[in-house]
Amino acid sequence: MADQNQTNFGRRQLLARGVKAAASIAAAGSIAYWLYDRNGPNGDVETRANLQQLPDLAVPRKNGQTLSIVQGSDRTKTVNKAIDLLGGIERFISPGDVVVIKPNVAFASPAFLGATAHPDVVAAVIRLCYDRGRAKKVIVTDNPINDPASCFAISGIGKAATLAGADVVMPKDNLFSNITLDGGVLIKDYPVFTAPLEDANKLIGIGPVKDHHRSAASMSMKNWYGLLGGRRNIFHQDINTIIAELSMLVKPTFVLLDGTTTMMTNGPTGGSVSDLKKTNTMIASADMVAADAFGCSLLNRKPADLPYLALAEKAGAGTADYESLKPLRAEVT
Amino acid sequence: MKITTVRRISQLFFFALFVWFCIVATVGEKFWQIRNWPINWILQLDPLVALGTILSTGKFYWPLHCALGMVIVTIIFGRFFCGWVCPFGSIHHFVGYLGNRSKKVSDKIQLNKYRKAQSLKYLILVFLLAMAAFPSLASSLQTGLLDPIPLVTRSFNLVLLPVLDRGTNLTSVAARFYELGWLTLTVFAAAVLLNLVIPRFYCRFLCPLGAFFGIISRFSIWRIGKTKSECIDCKLCEKSCEGGCEPSGNIKIAECVLCFNCRDDCKHNLIAYQTVPSLAGETPADVSRRGFCLSLAGGVLAVPAVRLSGKLASNWESSLIRPPGALEEREFLKRCIKCGQCMRICPTNVIQPAGIEAGLEGLWTPTLNNRIGSSGCQLNCVACGQVCSTSAIRPITLDEKKGEGDFADKGPVKLGTAFIDRNRCLPWSLDKPCIVCQENCPVSPKAIYTRESFSTVRDGVALVKSITGSTILIDRRIIPGKFGTGDYYVLFENGARRKIAANADDSIGLSVSDEKTPLITGKIEIQVCLQRPYIDIEKCIGCGVCEHECPVSGLRAIRVSAEGETRSKNRRLLLR
Repeated sequence: MADQNQTNFGRRQLLARGVKAAASIAAAGSIAYWLYDRNGPNGDVETRANLQQLPDLAVPRKNGQTLSIVQGSDRTKTVNKAIDLLGGIERFISPGDVVVIKPNVAFASPAFLGATAHPDVVAAVIRLCYDRGRAKKVIVTDNPINDPASCFAISGIGKAATLAGADVVMPKDNLFSNITLDGGVLIKDYPVFTAPLEDANKLIGIGPVKDHHRSAASMSMKNWYGLLGGRRNIFHQDINTIIAELSMLVKPTFVLLDGTTTMMTNGPTGGSVSDLKKTNTMIASADMVAADAFGCSLLNRKPADLPYLALAEKAGAGTADYESLKPLRAEVT
Repeated sequence: MKITTVRRISQLFFFALFVWFCIVATVGEKFWQIRNWPINWILQLDPLVALGTILSTGKFYWPLHCALGMVIVTIIFGRFFCGWVCPFGSIHHFVGYLGNRSKKVSDKIQLNKYRKAQSLKYLILVFLLAMAAFPSLASSLQTGLLDPIPLVTRSFNLVLLPVLDRGTNLTSVAARFYELGWLTLTVFAAAVLLNLVIPRFYCRFLCPLGAFFGIISRFSIWRIGKTKSECIDCKLCEKSCEGGCEPSGNIKIAECVLCFNCRDDCKHNLIAYQTVPSLAGETPADVSRRGFCLSLAGGVLAVPAVRLSGKLASNWESSLIRPPGALEEREFLKRCIKCGQCMRICPTNVIQPAGIEAGLEGLWTPTLNNRIGSSGCQLNCVACGQVCSTSAIRPITLDEKKGEGDFADKGPVKLGTAFIDRNRCLPWSLDKPCIVCQENCPVSPKAIYTRESFSTVRDGVALVKSITGSTILIDRRIIPGKFGTGDYYVLFENGARRKIAANADDSIGLSVSDEKTPLITGKIEIQVCLQRPYIDIEKCIGCGVCEHECPVSGLRAIRVSAEGETRSKNRRLLLR
């Protein structure tokens, strides 16, 4: 530039340049001051925590109306009856509620193979929530083992839920937050699928009765594994403790344990109708420990074969002595 | 409406269609998801895909019939695909326009002059086709490396879409991962940025499909040309010439992409789209005999040279797991065009572009990486074969994949076999219960089974001081609660073994048991009950769900290897 030429570089230009230099120095200094870090990184990994704990979504207990066991092969009918025996959906769902339903959608397997919750059960519960419970919104969600979109599609649960008017929420990274369970040893600063539960007033678990080689059975308590994120398989090293901790972490309104067919062998994936047995039983329970304690009888197993029941009982999640609850029984045809 | 406006509309339409097909290749039932959208249609229009597979396999695979239509239309109207349809060409067209729009007219005319090096693309075409054309020697279809339609398809599906969709995850539930993204992007970006040097650089110098169209347009009925031999030679017609074909003089007709800019720019209306050749003369594709012969020889020799690596013989790569329905490796390499559609459609994201592990010719071909994606190769899915344009992956049915129904006697399609690495497996090497692999094995009966064994824990020997009911008092300290998880047992000297229900620091509570053997004082061993996994090679289909789920998250303790894959007879392990 001509005015920077030494020959006519005057006082004015020098002053202007001086001001610019001072401004640049001030800017550099301010940015350095603003970003100055005296301590360096502390080695912690920053985590989100939208929810510190999962909300307790149970409703008050009513003696004698905690567990119902209904015989029948038509899931829609047995679900309705089982819930009616506990006092009807109105006992659990209040008008305007946001209800989260957590079916077991673990595998990309068609409904008739029994590896997932049955779409008929999911649909029946959604309809009850809307029609008689006058819920504002029903959300159906799970973090499956197989590919989520495929699981919801192939199991038929995605379609059944959408048709019945529920929102399906698929797991995405930003829907998890890290949670530490009070009194837990395994669930410490661990990602949990919390976002669907943030505005929820009620939570319903729906799972089938399945054989499971590691934990002896996969029923209503094991179903909550589907709320864990991360590489949750490491917890299989101590499967009974993690299931017991899940029963401390998750306080559902009630659970449905579907023993219409029971996966007797090759669980929890199944894969063949020869793994299934018709057992025609639907269990509704406000006590998951009791539901699972009864459910294992469909697998011809005893509560003692399922060490997680004792651990969950000790943790105060319920009772494995389901007969003490005086289960309500009925049969529908 | 001006013909160039019509051309721009056509380019926009086909580009939008191309992008639309990339987006809708998403699992789901909404209108913008897969449903029945013909997402392969533009690939099937590509005659180089058809010609390449015809040369390598000797057959004209039916879904590619649209390509014949494209050849016929080109023979009638000329190389219009490049200027009117090709989505990659449209990108070059647009970027070339943007990059050079403010240049002086004389500079633009210089930019768009014909260059001798434009004949390079014919040599590339000959080289690539020669690699495919002699099945009796060794045939490898490598047109996909530079064929613009597969190239732009994989660039969009494997790089641009997953990057742009990172925040929204519209086209997948979870963020997608694709290996080799750096190379895919580098090739794409280089091709696009070269437009800043010379407009349509890729089309003019490199594109084998353009070369093919250039050659067959020699016989086209209509063509661009001058209606008079003499003019004032203002060369304005070359200001925006997309093909670099010099319409002002002796037109290089094979280079003309029918952009019609010359016709628009000629102030004297001396350029027309007509049936007679240009009155100033025209020249067909410039391929020297020497260049042709060298490329041909190079292509013929290249395949056996690459195969000296032995990758198709005894040195085959066991980590290369092809998708279900993939043809035997030699046949597969005759058909795969590296378009990446199988990788895009795969719901679990397990199908990945291979690097050079499959040999140089396997670059960008599909391979399974069970550490990526949501769950290995899903049992109830055959999407990749359904979407493959050339049947490198056959469109098998679920019945065929699972070996059911009509295929019951053939058995399921195996991708390989899972092997347990006992040095890394928790129950095998670290005395920790686990069997996640067994739990997730999707076949029935499971291909992974377990054998129970009891292993005495480290420092697990103690002396029983006293027994009260089912509680035993021991002589040394243990960590309270450590053994009450349902996986630990106490073995007594008389052989009685009882499950531990709980433990304090010096006592152990045992579960009630029907066992008759009495509990006695003396030496005990605290044992962990381990279910150790084994593979049933007859049942394993190599789907890789076990490898995906294995909690040993680095180098997995169970890994699928290609031995036993159905598609190759000489990699089998089973005798019967």
